Amino acid sequence: MIPEIGHFALILALALALVQAIFPLAGSFTGSRAWMGMARPLAWGQFTFTLLALAALGQAFLTDDFSVAYVAHNSNSLLPDMYKVSAVWGAHEGSLLLWATLLAAWGAAVATFSRALPLAVIARVISVQGMVSIGFLLFMLLTSNPFDRIFPMPPEGRDLNPLLQDFGLAIHPPMLYMGYVGFSVAFAFAIAALIGGRLDAAWARWSRPWTTVAWIFLTIGIALGSWWAYYELGWGGWWFWDPVENASLMPWLVGTALIHSLAVTEKRGAFKSWTVLLAISAFSLSLLGTFLVRSGVLTSVHAFATDPTRGTFILIFLCVVIGGSLVLYAWRAPSVSTGGGFTLVSRESFLLANNLLLTLFAALVLFGTLAPLIYEAMAWGKISVGFPWFNMMFLAVMPFLALFMGIGHLARWKQDEPGRLARQLWIAFALSVAVTALAFLPGISAGHATVPLGIGLAAWLTFSHLTGLYERLRHKRGLRGALADLTGNSRSYYGMLLAHLGVAVLIVGITMVSHFGVEKDVRMSPGASQEVAGYRFQFEGAQAVNGPNYRAHRGRFLVFEGDRQIAVLEPEKRAYLTGGMPMTEAAILPGLTRDLYVSLGEAVDQQGDWALRLYYKPYVRWIWLGAIFMGLGGLLALSDRRYRTAKQRVQAGDTIGAAGTARI
Amino acid sequence: MSKSLRFLLPLALFVALVALLFFGLGTDPRKVPSPLVGKPVPQFTLPTLQDPKRTVSDADLRGQVSLVNVWFSTCVSCRAEHRQLMAIAKESGVQIVGLNWKDDKPDALQMLRQFGNPYHVVAFDEDGRVGIDWGVYGAPETFVIDRKGTIRYKQIGPIDQAVWQETLRPIVDQLKAES
Repeated sequence: MIPEIGHFALILALALALVQAIFPLAGSFTGSRAWMGMARPLAWGQFTFTLLALAALGQAFLTDDFSVAYVAHNSNSLLPDMYKVSAVWGAHEGSLLLWATLLAAWGAAVATFSRALPLAVIARVISVQGMVSIGFLLFMLLTSNPFDRIFPMPPEGRDLNPLLQDFGLAIHPPMLYMGYVGFSVAFAFAIAALIGGRLDAAWARWSRPWTTVAWIFLTIGIALGSWWAYYELGWGGWWFWDPVENASLMPWLVGTALIHSLAVTEKRGAFKSWTVLLAISAFSLSLLGTFLVRSGVLTSVHAFATDPTRGTFILIFLCVVIGGSLVLYAWRAPSVSTGGGFTLVSRESFLLANNLLLTLFAALVLFGTLAPLIYEAMAWGKISVGFPWFNMMFLAVMPFLALFMGIGHLARWKQDEPGRLARQLWIAFALSVAVTALAFLPGISAGHATVPLGIGLAAWLTFSHLTGLYERLRHKRGLRGALADLTGNSRSYYGMLLAHLGVAVLIVGITMVSHFGVEKDVRMSPGASQEVAGYRFQFEGAQAVNGPNYRAHRGRFLVFEGDRQIAVLEPEKRAYLTGGMPMTEAAILPGLTRDLYVSLGEAVDQQGDWALRLYYKPYVRWIWLGAIFMGLGGLLALSDRRYRTAKQRVQAGDTIGAAGTARI
Repeated sequence: MSKSLRFLLPLALFVALVALLFFGLGTDPRKVPSPLVGKPVPQFTLPTLQDPKRTVSDADLRGQVSLVNVWFSTCVSCRAEHRQLMAIAKESGVQIVGLNWKDDKPDALQMLRQFGNPYHVVAFDEDGRVGIDWGVYGAPETFVIDRKGTIRYKQIGPIDQAVWQETLRPIVDQLKAES
């Protein structure tokens, strides 16, 4: 009964989405306040019904209702409750439902928190979100209904993919989707602005906080995914340039460009059409990511659903949404004014340069991801674009990004003097050169030119931002002035500072772990020891243990640093009762400057010998630490009082008429 | 470039992308082949599953057309394709070499006793190292090897009646016809 209620709730949500897509938008043109006023209640209703559907599916999982095909395929009565909940989005149908629910949640949030916005703007934004909702709900109801029943009802479920039975992966998809779907708000604002013909600073100011929130979620979501891959796949890698990872990286890169471009549009009125294009692209790439994962166009470690009908549907949906927006863009954008001019040496220039670099890298990632397909389409033969290619492109583009990042934040808007910048930055520059030179010493760089490069760039980012902080606080009166600055109107500045330092931290992590990580594949007998990077791993043997829905071998290792025992590590090799590949549960001793990592391979013989992998991962935590800094920086920027005061200002200066069309 | 054309550029790029994706939908991703296709089989020497003193090596794959089938006993899809392998062994007489991959020896032997043994010989790749050289991604996978010991095709996923009749068999027949 309850699954039918869920199904019905989805149909109602679709009906509401149809109304939501048509009436508020139409009202914004005819000037009907009643029609525009429908927008907010519809957004809330949409959210209520999708949430109801999600709850119904959750209930089916928690009560082991295996008459629902999706539950039977992805759960098991032995599955711990926590994973029964996360299994809701563990596969195709449920993750779509989560997508749709989050989309509706963002819509409801816009409806709730944008009271100060002109009604016509809100009506259009919510209408655009309704259009996107229609696509997802139709997709679900036509090709991937999570509430489909099976008959006869199987006595037991097939169980959730063991790889997904993990805390990190339980929360990774919701985070990532919050980010993907969050860009729908920036997208909806952009489309609404194009429809209304009003592209101005106010539009950028409205979009900024939403975009930042989405970007924070995406940042954390990607970091969680990387962390999960690191400890769960048992390879000790943290990024694989897998198509699905790339699918999340591309919107992040473009989204990062977008939050910077929005800043320029808000403050200087420049880059308007470029910002709109980025807003469209960020969400389009999120949709494309969904397409790549769901359609089976590309094979990937993550591909859990490959079905051509679904692929065709998503492709048509992509054509309508992205194609439609780009047509609108091509039609409307040419008449947008170019806004504030700027000279070559100005903050605008540096931000533009980094915008282009981020976009270029996103384009390269897209190309690399699709290259096998391009080659096949052109009948040039088959290629596989792997790790080395992506790494090379990363190294070709990203150092420049870091270089400009160090200057841009100090440069003045509109026009700056190279001499002034040089006077402020020469100390930071000299220090970074010194650090780079130091890192060139063979004892440190171990002969890799990329080590001094990475360390030098991280130093450059750190020193130049510290210089910026010093320059800023120099004019404040003492410590109290500094504190007032922090608590006052400039939290967005400190958010920027923290996020940019996060990039420096990330660079250190990537550089160190890529060059100084040690991986050792060994065969060990119980009682034997192995030395890795100065740590001694003593194998105590492996024993059989039983989990709730798996059997496992659990190895036991004593780890010594010198003579001192610093940890006991217990990696596991699990065989889930429902079959499939055995799963590796690595045991990790985390640390700020190094991780020690053991994963069990295979039992080699009956005497208790095991094939094992021992890893030493220096500074690997800094990769995720950097992402956390970026996320916190985003939060800090978000709490800036400017966004709150901005609301009042907008309200006071509400000039857009109800029928304010095509005023460009 | 005139101003309005510049704003059409994103749309043009997107249209090209859609064309590409539409093409991609029509092709089977499983056909994305192993980089090893067209290359000689990787060198290896492994003990046989039944008798650790006997060995199998890449030399055993020369001289006749063979299928190299990667499997392990707890793999559901491998069990599913086992019956088809039995049929192939009986019907076509092509040499099927098993690569028992990361398996538990007693379990593997038990499976062959229970369901029959379609393999000419089974190499026992206990730690999966030979599997790495072969680029094994997950079982079951099946490689078609020609007389010269060159990998000519890789089948990812289980072999069923349709895969055998429509894909593998024509390749095997063609390779047999080659001198």
